[in-house]
Amino acid sequence: MEAVDHSHWSPLLGRLWWDAIPTEPIVLATFAAVVLGGLVVLGALTYFKLWTYLWKEWFTSVDHKKIGIMYMVLGLVMFLRGFADAVMMRIQQAIAFNGHDGYLTAHHYDQVFTAHGVIMIFFVAMPFVTGLMNYIVPLQIGARDVSFPFLNNFSFWMTTSGAVLVMMSLFIGEFAQTGWLAYPPLSNLAYSPWVGVDYYIWALQIAGVGTLLSGVNLIATIVKLRAPGMTMMRMPIFTWTALCTNILIVAAFPVLTAVMTMLTADRYLHFNFFTNDFGGNAMMYVNLIWIWGHPEVYILILPLFGVFSEVTATFCGKRLFGYSSMVYATLVITILSYVVWLHHFFTMGSGASVNSFFGITTMVISIPTGAKLFNWLFTMYRGRIRFELPMMWTVAFMLTFVVGGMTGVLLAVPPADFVLHNSLFLIAHFHNVIIGGVLFGIFAAINFWWPKAFGFRLDPFWGKVSFWLWIPGFWFAFMPLYILGLMGVTRRMRVFDDPSLQIWFGIAAFGAFLIALGIAAMLVQFAVSIRRREELKDVTGDPWDGRTLEWATSSPPPEYNFAFTPIVHDIDAWTDMKRCGVERPTEGFRPIHMPRGTGTGLILAALSTAFGFAMIWYIWWLAAASFAAIIGYAIAHTFNYKRDYHIPVETVAATETARTRQLAEAGA
Amino acid sequence: MADHAHPSHRADDHHAGDHGSHGSLRDYMVGFFLSAILTAIPFWLVMSGAIADRQASAMVIMAFAVVQIVVHMIYFLHMNTKAENGWTVMALIFTIILVVIALSGSLWVMYHLNHNMMPMAAHDMGQLP
Repeated sequence: MEAVDHSHWSPLLGRLWWDAIPTEPIVLATFAAVVLGGLVVLGALTYFKLWTYLWKEWFTSVDHKKIGIMYMVLGLVMFLRGFADAVMMRIQQAIAFNGHDGYLTAHHYDQVFTAHGVIMIFFVAMPFVTGLMNYIVPLQIGARDVSFPFLNNFSFWMTTSGAVLVMMSLFIGEFAQTGWLAYPPLSNLAYSPWVGVDYYIWALQIAGVGTLLSGVNLIATIVKLRAPGMTMMRMPIFTWTALCTNILIVAAFPVLTAVMTMLTADRYLHFNFFTNDFGGNAMMYVNLIWIWGHPEVYILILPLFGVFSEVTATFCGKRLFGYSSMVYATLVITILSYVVWLHHFFTMGSGASVNSFFGITTMVISIPTGAKLFNWLFTMYRGRIRFELPMMWTVAFMLTFVVGGMTGVLLAVPPADFVLHNSLFLIAHFHNVIIGGVLFGIFAAINFWWPKAFGFRLDPFWGKVSFWLWIPGFWFAFMPLYILGLMGVTRRMRVFDDPSLQIWFGIAAFGAFLIALGIAAMLVQFAVSIRRREELKDVTGDPWDGRTLEWATSSPPPEYNFAFTPIVHDIDAWTDMKRCGVERPTEGFRPIHMPRGTGTGLILAALSTAFGFAMIWYIWWLAAASFAAIIGYAIAHTFNYKRDYHIPVETVAATETARTRQLAEAGA
Repeated sequence: MADHAHPSHRADDHHAGDHGSHGSLRDYMVGFFLSAILTAIPFWLVMSGAIADRQASAMVIMAFAVVQIVVHMIYFLHMNTKAENGWTVMALIFTIILVVIALSGSLWVMYHLNHNMMPMAAHDMGQLP
């Protein structure tokens, strides 16, 4: 491939020029499809006059439930993009044998694997997890919203802004070709001179603001807004795991911000933090980014441990076995996740003493995780298990995650790691825990809480189709990678010399095909459920015989969640209330004080996108102007005193009376 | 702002009275003067070269910096063991643990790395088996 000269710069457009439009036919065709599809969507929104509705009811809403749903939508959209990247890699690796070069150029393939990792972690797993916590936590603790409702809306739009920048890189310029953590010196200006790494940096920095602020917000919510009587040791397990996750976020993300800032200084101001010369040390980058990176892994998995705990207790009809051991295991993981980071670079050469310390801490952290697994098993033991979809995903998780966890302990042994480092064995391991843990947990959660969010259940038939395609798909796709890794095949390879490996890549590609069908079945499940929503309707608000407070209110919950703040006497507050036969109050309502929606979050995030884009393309005037606009608009917003309103008592009474009637009909 | 459009809508329910102190003018002045003095002394140390040994003066400056952090936390961030039912102190302890882990860990890792991975001179290469 001929080298393109990208040294062009003009004051008006910076580095942006016609050569920024990619010439690869695959990208061009995707571009055309996206433009056409986008025009159709925009046209449809205009035709059905949905703009005002979307703007008023969703985009500017500070309701934690709507923001939670928007996070889930963002995660789902980006999941489809990230999965498309995965399929491209599987096809490339399945055919690039015997002198065949595959169908992706090296420049394109390197962007694909980088984008896949970045998108799946930052713009799929993170929005899914944040969305779940946003939706569920305030309901579980009996609150009306999060502590800082506007900040919540702002956080969501900042995360979206980062996702928008990543998507832009597909059609304007290029994405990083460095792998998902952008190790220098490769990510430094000398070896990545064009815009790829800059897209990476600014997308993560802008999305990182959102993640950090939402972490602060949820900690404050859990600490300050719990219903009366809900002591720390009566909090639902999901809320506990959410608290620990957000503590991890607040403690870990500043490290990422700092590392990215240093890399930015290297690239923009010719500093030498991580360069090869002038005293720079690229290994310091690796060290620092994993101080963020390992807690990040637990940020992703902890809330899903909470989901599995809630699902297991609910569908076994029993109180969770070992509630306090579950809480302490979560806390121990929270601390220990900070002392294992070096296991990501045993081979860097820190020597025997350092490696053995971190090897042992890594093995130690598997103990609390193992304790959790036994807690779930003991909850199931002699329980009346209902194998509904959330429970099926939970059982699939337990089986899959144990294998992933054990290969993780294998990798924690430094001598074994020297053989397996950077091999496909590692790739298989972390997909095994992230798909088997995080993604299966998300699917369990979606099936579990969908009725709460929308007022009707998901269709079980298509859900089962999706489940039975996903599970074998996963094993077909990743078991060959373990085998290949043991045979010494390294990650991120574009072409292969040894034809005997091809069969394994073929099997893996078949697995990816099954997963694709599984994802399609899931989308069908959503569509079918929406069409059959009257049949699948949940009138009680408690379709699964739930145990925690979110099931005490209607499905979907009213804007204010609870007309009266519930009072908690036990761990499973709702089970306790049902057992004691607590009567729903039907009179004596009062006006409810609520936060008012605002478009400021969206506008600030849009300005941040412009700022990021300007920095990426060296359009300095736009960067200065958008930065000034961000500060100016943020200051102006502080003078907006119309931040709240009262839901009149008549509205509350009408809503609650309708619910009373609905409950009576359901009971009759 | 105080009684007008307060966004934390449940402040009236059950958390009344647990707002931490926002400090008096006297507190702020004490904090300001302590900070100024604690900044002036290290500045003077470097400018006058009062301690001949560079490493020793760096240590002394670090010590002043730590005291300065404590002053800021007490007088400007109004931290004490009772604020917010002890959550502030817990957060502080957690932060200190993590900062100590990250700093000492990084120093330890990078020290060993530098020791093990020194660039080899041509003379050493010849000695390899």
